[in-house]
Amino acid sequence: MNATEAFVPLVGGLLIGAAASGLLLFNGRIAGISGIVAGILPPRGAEARWRLAFFLGLLVGGTLLRFTDPAVFGEPTRSLPALAVAGVLVGMGARIGNGCTSGHGVCGLARRSPRSLAATATFMATGAITVYLVDHLLARAF
Amino acid sequence: MPLISAFVFGVVFALGLGLGGMTQPARVIGFLDVAGRWDPTLLFVLGGAVTTSFVLFPVILRRGAPVLGPRFVMPTRTRIDGRLLGGAALFGAGWGLAGYCPGPAVVSLVAGTPATLVFVVAMGLGLVLGQQLSGEGR
Repeated sequence: MNATEAFVPLVGGLLIGAAASGLLLFNGRIAGISGIVAGILPPRGAEARWRLAFFLGLLVGGTLLRFTDPAVFGEPTRSLPALAVAGVLVGMGARIGNGCTSGHGVCGLARRSPRSLAATATFMATGAITVYLVDHLLARAF
Repeated sequence: MPLISAFVFGVVFALGLGLGGMTQPARVIGFLDVAGRWDPTLLFVLGGAVTTSFVLFPVILRRGAPVLGPRFVMPTRTRIDGRLLGGAALFGAGWGLAGYCPGPAVVSLVAGTPATLVFVVAMGLGLVLGQQLSGEGR
């Protein structure tokens, strides 16, 4: 790992933290992406408008990156069926557990919430276990 | 004004995810691959994001209200229960399987890769399903 490999992600992290802090300061809201996306899907809640604005911001930010630094996008490495299963798990799990990497992992830890710490430890652990199962055990078996 | 502000912070959030490397599923999987060729660089994304907000959140919350709204809307649940841990466990399994969590997947939509679209559509379905399973309104 050289300095750039650590520095660019650090800048990315600072921007994420700044955006989460900005949304709290100006809108009084937690930047939890799964909650924001769920809020613009049916059944649509009363708070769909700011969530839609944030969602559009994500897409516009992505578009800026696509034109300035397209190398930041990597294609998924798994098969389509695996991605479909993963997507359902991510969506369901985030809703049942009330948050994802951003809501629990960033904002929740910043709020010093024991609930979010427990959730973050859990999804980090099952994420690592899943990678171990798929890339080591299953890959060795077939 | 609150809509413009939410939009702007969405843009900044997306730039952070992209620069951070979170929109590269192979790197996320590498970060979670602690028993293999572990790629620690994403620790800097998480570290940077958590440290910034960890320092700023208490300062911001010391204000009585946000700049553009009547009050701070914060999560109210405090119990660590099976639902929280079960949901987080499912979430982590999906995250490790795909290498995408919700934010980076949405941001990556603009790259136009069909596989990303498959993940995001499935995620939307999962969100709606999870909402019904947990049986709560918003």
